[in-house]
Amino acid sequence: MRYFINVTLSGLTEGMIYAAFALALVLIWRSTRIVNFAQGSMAAATTFIALALIQAGQSYWVALIVALISGFVLGAVVERVVIRPVEGGPELNAVIVALGLFVAIQAAIAIIFGSSFQSFPTPFGLEGFQVGDSRIALTPTSLYVIGAVLVVMALLVALFRFTRVGLAMRASAFGQEVARLLGVKVGRMLTLGWALAAVVGSLAGLLIAGGEFVYPAYMDSLIVFGFVAAILGGLDSPVGAIVGGLILGLALSYVSGYIERGSALVNVAALVILMVVLLVRPGGIFASSTARRA
Amino acid sequence: MADPRPHGSTAVTTAAGTATAPALLQVEDLTSSYGPVRALDGVSLSAAPGRITAVLGANGAGKTTLLRTISGLVRCSSGRVTLGGEDITSAPVEAMVGKGMAHVPEGRGVIAELTVDENLRVGSLFRGKVDRAEFDRIYDLFPRIAERREQPAHVLSGGERQMLVIGRALLAKPRILLLDEPSLGLAPRIVAQIFGLLRQLVDAEGLSVLLVEQNARSALSVADVGVVLNLGRVVVTDSARTLMGDEDLRHAYLGF
Repeated sequence: MRYFINVTLSGLTEGMIYAAFALALVLIWRSTRIVNFAQGSMAAATTFIALALIQAGQSYWVALIVALISGFVLGAVVERVVIRPVEGGPELNAVIVALGLFVAIQAAIAIIFGSSFQSFPTPFGLEGFQVGDSRIALTPTSLYVIGAVLVVMALLVALFRFTRVGLAMRASAFGQEVARLLGVKVGRMLTLGWALAAVVGSLAGLLIAGGEFVYPAYMDSLIVFGFVAAILGGLDSPVGAIVGGLILGLALSYVSGYIERGSALVNVAALVILMVVLLVRPGGIFASSTARRA
Repeated sequence: MADPRPHGSTAVTTAAGTATAPALLQVEDLTSSYGPVRALDGVSLSAAPGRITAVLGANGAGKTTLLRTISGLVRCSSGRVTLGGEDITSAPVEAMVGKGMAHVPEGRGVIAELTVDENLRVGSLFRGKVDRAEFDRIYDLFPRIAERREQPAHVLSGGERQMLVIGRALLAKPRILLLDEPSLGLAPRIVAQIFGLLRQLVDAEGLSVLLVEQNARSALSVADVGVVLNLGRVVVTDSARTLMGDEDLRHAYLGF
């Protein structure tokens, strides 16, 4: 029983990070119908900026804030400079551009920061809390991870639901032409959407890096997990992305915890889940009767 | 299609009421194309303030393209559009509503994922903070959507959607309302109700309307002036009453 609880707790923590990354993908998909495959290397870039600051003696928190701001700027620049020219063209164009960007940013990271493994600090401990006479798999760091993702999600919900900018962003995402006719500066809203998504993606990158080693390609597996989580949730729904992330985190944790040599199967398991979802419920677990667009 | 009428009578004759009033919206020699297809071929017309101007014609006559070109969704290859004397031919789409032109596109343009109330709020976004009383006024005009204000807009019926998009356009406080096929797919009773309300807004508040309709009979019954389009050209412009009485023209272009 205790083992089950531990496996579940670490699954939930990982799942929160997948959820955040999936949310970043969903935010962009919803507004521009593009799966941003460059999200991972964009997040890696901001994590390396944070690492450089920490190595230069800045505190973790300063580095975190700077990284999130760089994510915002990077997201806006990418949309405005790289994605905007291919928007409205064949859908494959934007996907190919995103893939190219993924490779280019990763290469840029290696050139600027080097491609060796470097350890990334965490502001909180990595030792499980003491419960009774043993330690459980819930660490101060995992509480920080869960808390940080929840705060960001709450902020996003508040932005979309209660602010004028949020309403303009939703209108731009769901009814681009109508929004333009009603005077909403849709281009600006799309740029803002990419910027916010990059902030959320950067946060996921920083959180998963905490207490681990980072290298230019360290986000590659998170792209896969985030994408699977987003598909699980239907790719269109922010709530779906979060639930999808948690389900995937738990499923992968059980695979690695209960199957012999299961940790080697985690990537395979994620792809199996992806295939099953696409075969059985291609619209995601929350699919309504309407087919997924595009 | 050959013009069945003697050539002289196709010249623009303006209704008495509009001859004196300066045009609010003026379209001059507008030409625009979809690829190789020339959808508008030198269209000129004007919409007078405080009037309903109906643009009529069969499918493919260029009615929708006309509205889309006026509001900048389609760029014209030549010609000029002015609103209240200001040249808006190449103004960005997003700026039109601020200049006093609200375009309700074909298919109504309800944002299905937003609630009814949010849809209305989108219409007032560009104006900054808007008094809640203005929303209440829209809900008073359309009590049927008031009951559903917190529901997602995709639950609305066709008539309710039409009321929502007209209400949303009114919240933008336009000088002129561009309506594209508001009667499409609606029961005659609902069409009469919506057109009646338009007439009331025009008469009571001086709103101006440029109405594009395939349903010529209903449109002429509410409009002041009719403009008949055929294959991208204006065939005739006259008072709605005169057009209604012209049997040859009705048979040839208006299908009733």
